[in-house]
Amino acid sequence: MLRFTLRRILQVIPTVVVVALLIFVIFSVVPGTFAASLFADGKRAADPQMIARLNEEFGLNKPLMERFVTYVTDLAQFDLGTSFRTRQPVIDLINDRMGASLQLAIAAMVFALVVGVPLGFLAALRPGSVLDTVTMIGAVSGLSMPQFWLGLLMMYLFALQLNWLPSFGYGDGSFRNLILPAVTLGVTPLALLARTTRAGVLDVLNADFIRTAHSKGMSEMKVVRWHVARNALVLIVTTVGLQFGSLIGQAVVIEKLFAWPGIGSLLVDSVAIRDIPVVQGTILVIVLWFLLINTAVDLIYAAIDPRIKQE
Amino acid sequence: MTAPLLDIRDLRLGVAINRSTHHPLLKGVSFQIMPGEAYGLVGESGSGKSVTSLAVMGLLKKPLAIAGGEILFKGQNLLALPKREMRRLRGNRIAMIFQEPMTALNPLSTVGRQIAEMFVLHQSKSWGEAEKLAVEALGNVRVPNPDRRAKNYPHQMSGGLRQRVMIAMALACDPDLLIADEPTTALDVTVQAEVLRLIKELCAARGTAVLFISHDLGVIASVCQRVGVMYSGCLVEENETRLLFADPKHDYTRGLLGALPRLGSRSEHGRQRLVDIDSIIADRSKLTETRFIAPRGPEGSQP
Repeated sequence: MLRFTLRRILQVIPTVVVVALLIFVIFSVVPGTFAASLFADGKRAADPQMIARLNEEFGLNKPLMERFVTYVTDLAQFDLGTSFRTRQPVIDLINDRMGASLQLAIAAMVFALVVGVPLGFLAALRPGSVLDTVTMIGAVSGLSMPQFWLGLLMMYLFALQLNWLPSFGYGDGSFRNLILPAVTLGVTPLALLARTTRAGVLDVLNADFIRTAHSKGMSEMKVVRWHVARNALVLIVTTVGLQFGSLIGQAVVIEKLFAWPGIGSLLVDSVAIRDIPVVQGTILVIVLWFLLINTAVDLIYAAIDPRIKQE
Repeated sequence: MTAPLLDIRDLRLGVAINRSTHHPLLKGVSFQIMPGEAYGLVGESGSGKSVTSLAVMGLLKKPLAIAGGEILFKGQNLLALPKREMRRLRGNRIAMIFQEPMTALNPLSTVGRQIAEMFVLHQSKSWGEAEKLAVEALGNVRVPNPDRRAKNYPHQMSGGLRQRVMIAMALACDPDLLIADEPTTALDVTVQAEVLRLIKELCAARGTAVLFISHDLGVIASVCQRVGVMYSGCLVEENETRLLFADPKHDYTRGLLGALPRLGSRSEHGRQRLVDIDSIIADRSKLTETRFIAPRGPEGSQP
């Protein structure tokens, strides 16, 4: 188990390296620079001298190869660079925002898990029932609804009309502020979880060993608890992992909509002004998060399914 | 004369197509099994052997449904038994072994735990006691190193071992009747012989009656005292195993026997052609009750 764990963790490293290189290549070919966007007010062209001075300051006038070497050596020392705009280390900027992002992602995932998995389970145990039909219609609607639109509807209903919850912002970090963005963000993973749980449980229920369990004289409750649950868990864990990993990336839109101070809105703001070090750093952190969750999922798999450890 | 352990009377079941129509699969099957007796049901795929056994276990799944008849177990009609009572019998007094040892065990649970479940369910043992009894049960089916094997997961075992685990599980509570549905079909021949001998010896020693289902007359002959031949949802012939082989009465039985490859029998071409049974399995809805064998049979004769 220890070797398995170590191997999975070591496998993350090459992926991070490749991603870091890709990010560098992409952002050295995107048009526009920080200096140009800083002075562009839409009325007159920016002063070329000013642009040149700023480019000089940030080292943007150096040849690509040289910038690349700096980027890689800095990265190897866990230095993500300095923001063009605020002149703060990128790592500090991300640190400030990470808490809010994690809060949002975890809250959304918990909401999706607590509602989605039981719904999928019950739907599978009574296929064709009213609950099953309603759940599946709900899941399809949840999956096809654009998140920003759902967010606007929720804001309108719960904040403006009913005045139950604050419409946007982090506030003092209270739970009330978290509810609307978390629920909005959680709808997609919830719908997916309900569907995959249902499919997974149905699949297990048709397995031969469930017939064996019934032939032993078990009640349906015991069959579900002793034999169905663990087997269905494998598929549920996969879905949770994939969703959880991509949730921080998906949160970009929601964070912007609800003015949530996470790394998603940091990313969007930084892209707009071509603050490349922050963009690079943020994306790298999002990727790292995804890989981390994936590794965790692999380890959980191995804990659930003895067949995986052997490979 | 002693009372039969299992007495199936005019059992009818079918696929419910809608509320009024019913596609029959068993058309009035009756047979009896005495306590301690090994009874074989033989017939081709689709003849109704397996649904008969599932009906006895009360494991028929929709759209399969009982249409009539009685299944008396120790004089008690299983079809009229409440679910809870049936659960108490299932696994405990009537146990079953399935065809596929590869998929019949839960892949995420140790075999010891899966056997232990029987003791927890039917003898209200604690898990600790039950696991000890499970090791003992594995030893009884002659699994080497039972205490180590009990901690194995099914994927760590061969097909033969897994089927032994299934047997240990089925016999855990000393049932009165063991239903074995093609228990050796998925195994290779040498393992087949071992597993058959195991079932035979264990059941004989404990006085457990066996309902043995197979399409293989050779396997049936080595285990069972009496045989029933099923064809198209009916029991067409029933006799003591020895007599059935010596003097098959029904065309279909003769056809089945003729289809058995025999050692040493050769024709002038140096190779004997096996008798085949004509045509594929007939569409049941077109067969009448009396003439169901008519389109088949090697000599083309009528029943």
